[in-house]
Amino acid sequence: MSESVTLTINGQKYSAEKGKTVLQVAADNGIKIPTLCHHEEIEPYGACRLCIVEITRGTRNRIVTSCLYPVEEGLVVQTDSPRVVRNRKMLLDLLLARCSENKVIKGLAAEYGIEKPSFREEYREKHDCIVCGLCVRACEQVVGVSAISLVNRGIHKEPKPPYLERAKACIGCGSCFYVCPTNAIQMEDKNGIRRIDRWKVEFKLKKCSKCGIEWAPVAQLEYIRKKWDLPAGFFDICPNCK
Amino acid sequence: MPSKIKSSRDLEKLQQALSKKPDTGKPRISVCNGTACRPYGSNPVVDAFKLEIEKRALDNQLEFKVTGCHGFCERGPIAIIEPGNIFYQKIKVEDVAEIIEKTLKKETIGRLLYKDPGTNLETVKQDDLPFYRNQKRIILGNNTRIDPTSIEDYIAIGGYSALAKALSTMQPEQIIDVVKQSGLRGRGGGGFLTGSKWETCRNAHGDVKYVIVNADEGDPGAYANEGLLTGNPHSVLEGLIIGAFAIGSHQGYIYVRNEYPLALKNVTTAMQQAEKLGLLGKNILGSGFDFSVRVNRGGGAFVCGESTALMASLEGKTGEPRAKYVHTVEKGLWDSPSDLNNVETWANIPQIINNGAAWFSSIGTKGNTGTKIFSLTGKVNNTGLVEIPMGIKLREIIFDIGGGIRGGKKFKAVQTGGPSGGCLPEKLIDLSVDFDELTKAGAMMGSGGMIVMDEDNCMVDVARYFLTFLEEESCGKCVPCREGIKRMRQILNDITEGKGREGDLDLLKELSSHLKDSSLCALGGSAPNPVLTTIKYFSEEYEAHIKQKKCPAGVCKMLIQFSIIDEKCPGCGMCVKVCPSNAITDMGKKKPVVLDQSKCIKCRTCYDICRMGAVKIE
Amino acid sequence: MKDKVTAIIKKYDNDKSQLVSILQDVQAEYNYLPRAALDKLSKKMDIPQSQVYSLATFFRAFSLKERGKHIVNVCLGTACHVRGGELILESLERQLDIQRGNTTKDNNFTLETVNCMGCCATGPVVKINDEYFGHMTNDKVEPMIKKYSK
Repeated sequence: MSESVTLTINGQKYSAEKGKTVLQVAADNGIKIPTLCHHEEIEPYGACRLCIVEITRGTRNRIVTSCLYPVEEGLVVQTDSPRVVRNRKMLLDLLLARCSENKVIKGLAAEYGIEKPSFREEYREKHDCIVCGLCVRACEQVVGVSAISLVNRGIHKEPKPPYLERAKACIGCGSCFYVCPTNAIQMEDKNGIRRIDRWKVEFKLKKCSKCGIEWAPVAQLEYIRKKWDLPAGFFDICPNCK
Repeated sequence: MPSKIKSSRDLEKLQQALSKKPDTGKPRISVCNGTACRPYGSNPVVDAFKLEIEKRALDNQLEFKVTGCHGFCERGPIAIIEPGNIFYQKIKVEDVAEIIEKTLKKETIGRLLYKDPGTNLETVKQDDLPFYRNQKRIILGNNTRIDPTSIEDYIAIGGYSALAKALSTMQPEQIIDVVKQSGLRGRGGGGFLTGSKWETCRNAHGDVKYVIVNADEGDPGAYANEGLLTGNPHSVLEGLIIGAFAIGSHQGYIYVRNEYPLALKNVTTAMQQAEKLGLLGKNILGSGFDFSVRVNRGGGAFVCGESTALMASLEGKTGEPRAKYVHTVEKGLWDSPSDLNNVETWANIPQIINNGAAWFSSIGTKGNTGTKIFSLTGKVNNTGLVEIPMGIKLREIIFDIGGGIRGGKKFKAVQTGGPSGGCLPEKLIDLSVDFDELTKAGAMMGSGGMIVMDEDNCMVDVARYFLTFLEEESCGKCVPCREGIKRMRQILNDITEGKGREGDLDLLKELSSHLKDSSLCALGGSAPNPVLTTIKYFSEEYEAHIKQKKCPAGVCKMLIQFSIIDEKCPGCGMCVKVCPSNAITDMGKKKPVVLDQSKCIKCRTCYDICRMGAVKIE
Repeated sequence: MKDKVTAIIKKYDNDKSQLVSILQDVQAEYNYLPRAALDKLSKKMDIPQSQVYSLATFFRAFSLKERGKHIVNVCLGTACHVRGGELILESLERQLDIQRGNTTKDNNFTLETVNCMGCCATGPVVKINDEYFGHMTNDKVEPMIKKYSK
């Protein structure tokens, strides 16, 4: 049996499994902490910082990211203290200046009462990507393909295919599209073709030999077939018809 | 090269033999060929010495040594003649034959001696120079005595005796106790107690442990680690091996900046020599302790000075830091307990083991024991590497050792701690230099950069400079650092261009407090320091930029204008020749030149070249 | 090229954790990181191409562009900055007629900046290949460049 610890979140005592993070425990208990760069299936990264909380240990208070902070006995957590809210607002202010026309960011900022960034108009940028790295991490950790990576550093950092060319290793699975928290990745299935423009890729979709629906990229199915050593023709029929 | 040393006793014998070499009777010329002497042409000087000695077959009458940094870089190339402790400065190739001649005759050459800029009095001995007299060089002092590429030299002056002592007479716990009692704090900037760090790492779970030398000295304007690693690499290596033994590690790494080619070369040579002599590898000095080391080159990223980023880079990944909620001493390189210390911290270890904790803690002040090396640079007369006991005043470093401000200008500020540190004003000149006092004042010890600024330096420009640096060096992982520093830099840029607005300072302060709270690593967390300290201590300069659209120091290009003072201009035409934009016109002999504002690119070339002071900046 | 890259990989026992060092050796060999060499590395060491590219673009020491015969490095460390390092850089940009980070048309010079070279006491400092020039002033720029011009 795993060890358990008792911690306090927003004045309420909770028992939690040792090894879990504050964010997991909060979620388990229905306490909402905002986050953009976190996904349960992917290792925590701590880039967007929105999940910051204030912790008290002894007489010391500090701000930590709940997606990375492991719970410990006697830990006191505040998820919405004035200091947390002040910092979270500034994060959204900064994100809004970067993604001034992105719906997700605008919505989240509005939740915290921010309608426009505190910075000069001429500083505003129109990115959709917040460089949280979820697409890259999903591609590496979940799919196991690493078709894209974070390229450059600092303000020039962004997810890109190698040499900024077509992502040759991409199998078109669309994981990046599904995990992207700000809809910065567009994916379109049309006329038997899947397109992900951000990675400059196009894939032929497989038609189900029974119902005729175009259900997945051929490249992805081939990748899975080879990985699991499945017989040829295994994916001729879509899951719905099986 | 001597053969493998199999025991402490063997090492002792070798040391005795080497220190009694017949060489010791001969006069010795030690020439500095550290990195900072090279721009002054120390390479040709060294070659000239070698050639002359060979030509005249003086090998038996003279010992010639090429060493690492002597510290007084301002006066390079430098030579020390022993016996006599004679200090020669600014040596040229033409001086070489004479130096040899006079040394053999036991005479000194007056013109190569140091002269006090005020009194013009000559000083013969290095130890009597104000620059050296006020220092305490327990770590750097040996640089002048050894050829850094010779392990024999290091052994001859007692090198590796601390390792022998530790391995043959001390238990790991005892070593840790001594280091703890010495009060040694991490010289990389944080100032954490080294002994406690070692203890946590020793006690951490895991069979495999790593020890690492952080030689990724990324602070622009700091080269203390460079000077140490280049000039005395074995002292760092010896400290590392002792630390490895105390912690229970069998694999070490030395992570060196790639921009330090000489340090890299010398430390690699040192490692190979130590391996050959059995001071690294299996069963070191017959103690049964195994330890090997690998040298890794940095890739040119300031953020890799941060421990988790450095470790990521050692694992072959991009240098992105990770949260340190679980410390690296518990879970570091490849998730194993890892102890990372700065070059200077490691170099202190042999001294502490040999001389004891009480000796070490008698230097400096309570809570800040030992010495600290600073690279004293900028607008000070005596630039160079200085080693001072902790706790002396800024004034003593800048004015007594540093000889005050160049060209009789007025002192304005001193910057310590690099981009994570701050600028301290004249009113804090009597602050004692230790970890705690500097931090309290908003600056930082950092890895030992100390940059002196005078009235010609604009503090808003300095803040902008650091933020530009940090914007480039941020790894880009977390939002506060990547986006926050960018906005701060943009605001500062605007201020220096006369586009500052009311409210800018408040926004800068707000962003600063956010970065301190929410950044993932120390790069972002300390990035506001240069901004906050300049706002705190030089607010009137910000006001001048924002409200009057003026740069009082005459630095910010958009806010200044160059003009010719007609009464002072003899019409010599020097400025006309050098002006890259043809903005100055020669009006004939003895007539003042005319400067066309519309063509002037404010490059400052005319200002620098005019000997009459006829170019005005306002 | 294949043999050289193979030899470098072998020197590091095909150890993936040594990728930064391996890239450094490749750059030392070719003066930049040629694409073919990186692809070779990626295949031989079984490291995704995207990760090699990520590393090569993260570290400042690496160049993916071919560089000139002489590398001019201007130090922009703090000690050099307070003594006017930026002005020296601008002067070099004018003299070579290129912006920082670029190579002259005749491929003779690449102008780069560095954040500190470890000889701060002699700032502003410029390094061309392995030669250091200290206490730089604008009027020393032209003769310095001439020395390396064809």
